[in-house]
Amino acid sequence: MSKPILEVNELTTNYVTRFGDKIFAVDHVSVKVDDGKSVGIAGESGCGKSTLALSLMGYYFPPLYYASGDIIIDGQNISGMDPDVVRKTILGNEISYIPQAAMNALNPTQKVIHFIEDVIQAHYPHTPKKEIYELARERFELLGLPAEVLQKYSVELSGGMKQRTVIATSVILSPKVLIADEPSSALDVTSQKMVIKMILDLMEKGIIKSLIFITHELPLLYNVTDDIMIMYAGQIVERGSADEMVFDPIHPYTKALMGSIIVPEEGLRDVKLTAIPGTPPNLKNPPSGCRFADRCKFVMPECRVRSVELRDIGGGRSYRCIIPEEDLRKAYKSEKR
Amino acid sequence: MKSDKVILSGKGVTKIFGFGSNKTVAVDHVDFSFREGEVISIVGESGSGKTTLAKILLGLLKQTEGEIYFDGQLRDIRSHSKKKAYWQNIQAIFQDPFSSYNVFRKIDAVLLDCIRMRGGGRLPYDKKREMMREACSFVNLKFDELTNKYPFELSGGQQQRLMIARIFLLKPKILLADEPTSMIDACSRATILDMLMDLRNEVGMTPIFITHDIGLAYYVSDTVYIMEHGKFVESGSADAVILHPKKQYTQRLLSDVPKLHEEWDLSTV
Repeated sequence: MSKPILEVNELTTNYVTRFGDKIFAVDHVSVKVDDGKSVGIAGESGCGKSTLALSLMGYYFPPLYYASGDIIIDGQNISGMDPDVVRKTILGNEISYIPQAAMNALNPTQKVIHFIEDVIQAHYPHTPKKEIYELARERFELLGLPAEVLQKYSVELSGGMKQRTVIATSVILSPKVLIADEPSSALDVTSQKMVIKMILDLMEKGIIKSLIFITHELPLLYNVTDDIMIMYAGQIVERGSADEMVFDPIHPYTKALMGSIIVPEEGLRDVKLTAIPGTPPNLKNPPSGCRFADRCKFVMPECRVRSVELRDIGGGRSYRCIIPEEDLRKAYKSEKR
Repeated sequence: MKSDKVILSGKGVTKIFGFGSNKTVAVDHVDFSFREGEVISIVGESGSGKTTLAKILLGLLKQTEGEIYFDGQLRDIRSHSKKKAYWQNIQAIFQDPFSSYNVFRKIDAVLLDCIRMRGGGRLPYDKKREMMREACSFVNLKFDELTNKYPFELSGGQQQRLMIARIFLLKPKILLADEPTSMIDACSRATILDMLMDLRNEVGMTPIFITHDIGLAYYVSDTVYIMEHGKFVESGSADAVILHPKKQYTQRLLSDVPKLHEEWDLSTV
């Protein structure tokens, strides 16, 4: 039994609109990531993936507010901490984040090495520049990036190189957890592969201990992470190992998502992709019952009244639906014929 | 669907940007012939020249060398009126729906423009509204909810669908889709692709997909062209090119895509 590096219990966070309405973008989400493991989070745009990423880091700046729940990073509870304190002591040291357009994080008027100096000196002021340079050079070489990059301006680097530079910089203080929010969406397949290889290298070489990977590309997630969680309208609807989730989905939403995967493999042309009708609910007044009810093929009157809890079915697998798993599997099988 | 009539073809099409030592050959002597009703994909990485070729096909850029034949005749778009006539036959959907619309014009105006372009400018307004309603319902949008709104009030997926509604009204012979789904998430992607294919059956047009997503190319197309450094390195039927690629470049491109039934080999970067 390895110990969890990141443990999140029933985390709820909300946005406040300018009219004072509360929008619960992350609703009772529990995540547990063990040492040396990675978890993927997938879902449609607007389902709360990125908000969850910010919430996990304790990065609460208006209009995002913390409501309830615990965030425990390696035994230290950071929930409810002042975000400014979080920024100084937790971010970068304990938990680090790579946003989607990480390449835009680089200042075009600064050399890469100055960017790294800023990051380190924000946490450890008065660190000699020589020490920083040595550390950066060592780390870049370990990750297969040429040390000349340090002396360049960001405009001299290609998109993939910029992304890798930012990743290398964000883990320069060896955080325990890395949250990657769509780190490769803006890149083409070849650069994407280099970025992914680097993130997996970070795990392998022990620079980070666990990884949370957020994306909407399911084939990518399947190849990168151990576990996958599917998020819908602020809630987790299903979680399980990557294999189970892709080849044996239980929740109707997961099933529909898996049916929309496009990969260049034999047999793809014979199946019709499933498109999910409708749009996700407005979280300003979420439906009282199951949030997926309006778009679900198996909807029953009960679904709209009774709220559904995440049901644990053992083996690290859980799903949020009132229909028993055998019945859903049976329905999927008969559909194929 | 497929006929043997060639609708768009090109011979030695070349585009060179800059000159002297700054010369960049973006499109390098490409030959192609697209048959009517065929679904075509042009696949390449960023910087391979696929968007430049798309702009040449649309007549937004002038090729440096080479000829383009439309409907069997040398394409003539030298005057503005001829260009406008050409655009009745070829239309495009671009990657970024957020920057494809004029922010000052309402959705009604966008759709009415399409009707006018098809020569329906003098129809009574009721008839026009009927046409707009039909086009919107084709892409699962409700016209009554859209009327008097601006395009930027819609989500990315909805804007892209509105683009398809435009194409539905315009009924062009050729549709050029330049990365139509790369800015929207995977679930809406299936919806958009299905709509485009339905539209093709409905209107009988020739779609040309320009994409870096080799999976998408395989799913939709009959014929695939692989582009590298401005040249077509491999072309043929989708099954032949994607399942049994011959050129090293195509093989590398395929091995870089994460797949489900095959190990993703990360050691080759």
